[in-house]
Formats: sequence, structure tokens, C-alpha cells
Amino acid sequence: MVAASDILLSVEHLTMRFGGLVAVDDLSFQARQGDITALIGPNGAGKTTVFNCITGFYKPSEGRLGLCHGDASVWSELEALTDSGKRSVTRGDGALYQLERLPDFLVTQQARVARTFQNIRLFPGMTVLENLLVAQHNRLMLASGYTLIGILGFPSYAAAERAAIDKARMWLDRVGLIERADDPAGDLPYGAQRRLEIARAMCTEPVLLCLDEPAAGLNPRESAELNALLLTIRNEYAISILLIEHDMSVVMEISDHLIVLDYGVKISDGPPEIVRNDPKVIAAYLGVADEEVAQVEAEVGL
Amino acid sequence: MQAGSQDRRVELTRALRDAGVTALLAFGLFLPLIGFETQQNIRNELILTTRLPLLFTIVAIVGVGRLVYSLALDPWLKQRTMRPPQATPSAWRAPVAKWFIPFSIGFVIAYPIIVVAIKGLGGAVKWVDNFGIQILIYVMLGWGLNIVVGLAGLLDLGYVAFYAVGAYSYALLAKTFGFSFWILLPLAGLLSSFWGILLGFPVLRLRGDYLAIVTLAFGEIIRIVLINWVDLTNGYAGISGIPRPTFFGISFNANDDGFAAVFGLEFSPIYRTIFLYYLILALAFLTAFVTVRLRRLPVGRAWEALREDEIACRSLGINTTNTKLTAFAMGAMFAGFAGSFFAARQGFVSPESFTFLESATILSIVVLGGMGSQIGVAIAAIVMIGGTEIMRELDFLKQIFGSAFDPTQYRMLLFGFAMVLIMIWKPRGLISSRDPSVFLKERKSISSDLVKEGHG
Repeated sequence: MVAASDILLSVEHLTMRFGGLVAVDDLSFQARQGDITALIGPNGAGKTTVFNCITGFYKPSEGRLGLCHGDASVWSELEALTDSGKRSVTRGDGALYQLERLPDFLVTQQARVARTFQNIRLFPGMTVLENLLVAQHNRLMLASGYTLIGILGFPSYAAAERAAIDKARMWLDRVGLIERADDPAGDLPYGAQRRLEIARAMCTEPVLLCLDEPAAGLNPRESAELNALLLTIRNEYAISILLIEHDMSVVMEISDHLIVLDYGVKISDGPPEIVRNDPKVIAAYLGVADEEVAQVEAEVGL
Repeated sequence: MQAGSQDRRVELTRALRDAGVTALLAFGLFLPLIGFETQQNIRNELILTTRLPLLFTIVAIVGVGRLVYSLALDPWLKQRTMRPPQATPSAWRAPVAKWFIPFSIGFVIAYPIIVVAIKGLGGAVKWVDNFGIQILIYVMLGWGLNIVVGLAGLLDLGYVAFYAVGAYSYALLAKTFGFSFWILLPLAGLLSSFWGILLGFPVLRLRGDYLAIVTLAFGEIIRIVLINWVDLTNGYAGISGIPRPTFFGISFNANDDGFAAVFGLEFSPIYRTIFLYYLILALAFLTAFVTVRLRRLPVGRAWEALREDEIACRSLGINTTNTKLTAFAMGAMFAGFAGSFFAARQGFVSPESFTFLESATILSIVVLGGMGSQIGVAIAAIVMIGGTEIMRELDFLKQIFGSAFDPTQYRMLLFGFAMVLIMIWKPRGLISSRDPSVFLKERKSISSDLVKEGHG
């Protein structure tokens, strides 16, 4: 199963049941290092559930979620890790995590998977800059000696805070919000809030960035800017992105790899040009059975 | 002209009718509350008496008040809202804001000296004790609770439990082992924060109303344990004869080695009172200093982020369990300090000092002052506790209402009234805007509309 040398995230047989409802049914896919992988599908297909499983907000009913840091050869440890019952294994050249075993905050803190939310979750009463500093909590907490050094006012903490502010400033520059740094996050227009949420996730220094519908509610110009931002994150920072998106202009333009879900089941998996022409995908999006696709397409003039 | 007077007559009729209806409502409401009174006669029998003059006075006040409101105040308020808003804030605000804090700090430091200068050594005890120390205890408790409620957004209705733990820790350890105040002060804080964490664990998963109910129950549990564990706490009778704090080993008594004798002064209880005043002032300043510092540290920002959005916090790798527990522990620690000071000041503790009413008072200080605001909480404590004490001083009212009239009995009524007024005028407390903990170019305060109150 796990063969390719550049795999970052490997989802195997992921199943999530809520009572009698099977939201995600035996889903397996892989995301490669440095790729933008998009998870698409009609409403209610289970995309956000998959995200919540990966980021630790849900405990999957079944399945294994592996994530590797560093050299991909650590994947060879996966079976041993599973049998050992531990959360992760660290070697000299990398580390391997089983995300379903980590509580949500450790998924970000240790496995370094960051996420954004479908309905934006900023800290509206805190300034834009403060939002980005909260994202660097764990590093600053260590620098403040778990508050002890910080409260006594040692200079080492002040230096760490300056570094954190510099990092925040760099990201604010990137997303074009440097002028609004001292304004409350709740005062920003919608598109800016989306960009700030991405910048905030990036401040946690992730290896994998999970974006839940980042283009929702954006106008075409803002969508184009978002595309540029995501490509920058991938190309300059070599961070892999996992994306849920409905906006096909975003999905088709920037993704390297697509996974299509329908009713919790994977119906297609591959590069955009192949998925785009997959009759199963077209059927799912048009809401008809496979064999009716040709007829419906003719009717609507596709 | 004709139409104008017609209008005015219609208005007057309407106002009179309004006032009549209001007075009638007040009569209906106050008849059972104020109109009747039960008293015990010599044979211990309850007899019902009426207080009709008082009842009609109050009804008349309400009716006339309503008339004045609808004829004068309401038109004036309406006119005021019609006026265009002023473009520039008035010029006196900036210097007042700048000098307010240094002036207040100077004043509270000089307060005992001023009082002694005005009232003399003997007369000053009451003013330093009742107004100084009493208010400062509540300022400190308010600031401590502010960490839990104002910053972390966790509604705690049982805060007095930690105050009790601090007071009893000092009382028991000082009496049993004879440790000094300065050893027991940090120890009481430590024990209280331990109980804070102990309470924190089971309530971590609760939010909002449920959290409030469980913390309320916790406060009651502590009080009831204090009542019933008679072997340890002496139950209702409380613990008396608690050793008083000393001034570097010199105690405040009339002996030859007492404070007055050592410094060649005439003995007076005022020295102890002034010493206690500066002690609680230092403790309150410590609380304020630590809170201000913590707000600028990652843990303080995490508290505020927790209040704003817990799920977002978890998505940023913040351990919300630990963050909540530290908030509970820090808040409880300051209550523990205040509690051990309380025991040392009184020399006596009993469960009656730690009722739910105390928790409610501290919480209302925090809410009225503005959650998260240090200055607002201090002002609210001065108004609420100082207000109660002032009522004891209003003896001249007895000449108006008769010798049976006790103004302090009306303090809850006035509390309620003040709270209703504040909630109408400033629903988020006296000082509701939030001051950012860090800024890049310019510090702009954040409007309370954006700041969340937390879900518990």
C-alpha cells in the first residue's frame, strides 16, 4: 500500500460512523509531499468529516492515518508503530505519526498539521497581530519557561517574542494585511479574514496545511489571489496542502491531485485532467446514475 | 398656536395616565413587600403590623418619578439623540486617561496618612479598616476572579470556595503549627490553587450554564464541609484566636516588646490597621502586576483566545485542558492569598463569611466593572463595597424615617438598582473595551462588540 517514496499522508480504510450513519466509508488515499491535493465532492459527501478525522477533532471509527516527517523511508516503521500501540516513532532522519491516536492539539503541535475552518474561526476580539501570536503559542510558551521566565521579565523571552512578531509581520506582508495589523480581526472584510486564517495556520509551521473551502464567499479576483497565495506556500515553503473546495476554478487550476467523494465513498482519484472527464464524477455532480450521464449531458448541453 | 396647546394637553394627559398606572403597579408590588411587617412581641408571638406611610411615600416617589421622566427626561433624551454626533472627542479625556492611574496609585498609598491627618489617630481606624482594607480585599478578589471569568471566559460561581480554603489554611496551620504569616501566605495560595485544579478537572468538559452550576455546587460543598467537619474546623462556631501577622517579628500589642513600645509611640490600634492596609495594598498590587504581565505572555493570550474560540485554539496546537487549569489555578491562588489575609486580619474565621452571597458579590464586581478590565473592576469594587459601608454612615436618615430605619438593610435593593442601571447604560460593564496585549504601530482599543464573553 505505502510504496511511493514521497508520500506525506496515507489514509487507509478510514471509516467514520455517527450512530447508523456512515459518513465516510472505507476511504483510502495518499497525499504526496509538495503536492496540492484536493478533496472534492457534492455537499454532504463527507469531506469535512475526513478533515476532522485527520486533524484529530473526530476519532475515526476505523482506519489508519499515517503522516511522515523527513525522509520517506520511515514509512517502513508503520506496521511496527501500529503494533506497538504508540502514537509516533522518531528516527534520526524522520518521524512517523499515527494521527488517529493523537488528540487534536497534538496533531498541530507534534505532527504539525494545521487547518482552517469552513466557517471562519478567528479570534474576533483580538488584533490581527495577536491572532498570529496565539498561533505561535507553543514555541513562545517554551521560550517563556512555561510563564516562569516570562513573568520575571528575562530578556530571552523578549527576544523570542520579537522573533514571533517578525514572523507574524512576514506573513501579514504575504497576505497583504500589514496595514491592518493592529485592528481587531473581527473588523476585517470577509476575504481578508480568510487570508488571515491561512496566515495564522501557517504561523504554526506546519508540514501539511488543511484548508476547508478557502475560496467560499470570495469574488473571482480574490479567488485568483488565493490561488497565487497557495502556490507560493507550496513552491516557496515546500508545504503540502490538502484542500476541500467547491470552486472549480481554484481546484482545477492549482491542484496536482484530486480525490472525489460521494456519499462517503471515493469515486475517483487522480490528476485533474483525468478526474474532470471521469463519468462517475460527472454523474455525482449532476446527481444522476452513471448510465444516464450521456443523456443528461446532451440535455443540458455539455 | 391652538394646535400646540392641544398637543401639550394630550401629552400631559398621557404622562399623568402613565404616572398613575406606574404608581398603581408600584402599590401592587410593594404592598406585600413593604406595606406589611411581622414583628415579635414579648411573648415571642408574631404580630402583623402595617407600614402604610412608608408604602405611600415609595409609591408617591415612583409615580412622581415617572411623571418627571415622561414630561422632562424623555423629551430631553430624544432631543439629544437627534443631534449629530460630535466629530472630535472632548479635549479633557486624554490627560485624564493619562494621569488617572498614577494619581489613583498615589492616592491609595497616601490614603491612611490623609485619614489620620483629618480624623486623628483614634478616629482613623474605622476609615482605614472599613473603607480601605475592606474595599481592597474585594478589589483583589475581583482581580483574581477576573482572570477566570474576564480573561479565560470561564463562568465561576463558586469563587468564594478558594477564599475559604485560603482563610482556613492560614487559620488551621497558624494555630496548630504556629507558622508565621509570611510562610503561610504562599502556602495558602498554593493550597487554594491546588483546589482550583481539583475543581478544574471534572468541569473541563462543561461549558456555560453547566459550568456555572457545577462551580456553584463546589462553593457550597466547601462551605458545608467546613460546617460539618467539626473536629477540624469547629463547625459553625468557627476558629478564633488566630495569630495576627507581625511587623518583622514585632507584634502589634500594648506589651513592652510591642510595635508602639519599640518605636517609642503611644499604643493605638491604628498601627496594626495601617500595617494591614499596606499589606493588602501590596497583595492587590501584586495581583494587578501579575495579571497585567500574564496578559502579555503566551499563557494570557491563550486564555483570551480560549474565551474567543476554543475550537480554533485546539486547531493551533494549544492544550486547552492545561490552559483552563492554569486559569483556575491562578485565580484560586489570589483568592487564597486574600483568604489568608482575611483570616489574619479578623483573627476569626467561620463558614458564615463564605456564603454564596460573597461569590455573587465578587462576580458582580467583575461583571459591573467590565470583564477583563483591571480599572473597571477596581472602580466597581469601590462603588459596591464602599457603597455598603457608606450606608452605615448615613445616620441622619434615622431622623427622617424614624429610629427603626436601618439604611444597610436597603443595600441589596440598591445593588440591584445599580446593576439594572449599568446593564441598561453599559451592558458590558463600566470599562468594556479591550486593550490589545501587543501592537505593531499603534495601540487601538477594541470595541466590546467584537470581544466575546466566552461560553464557559
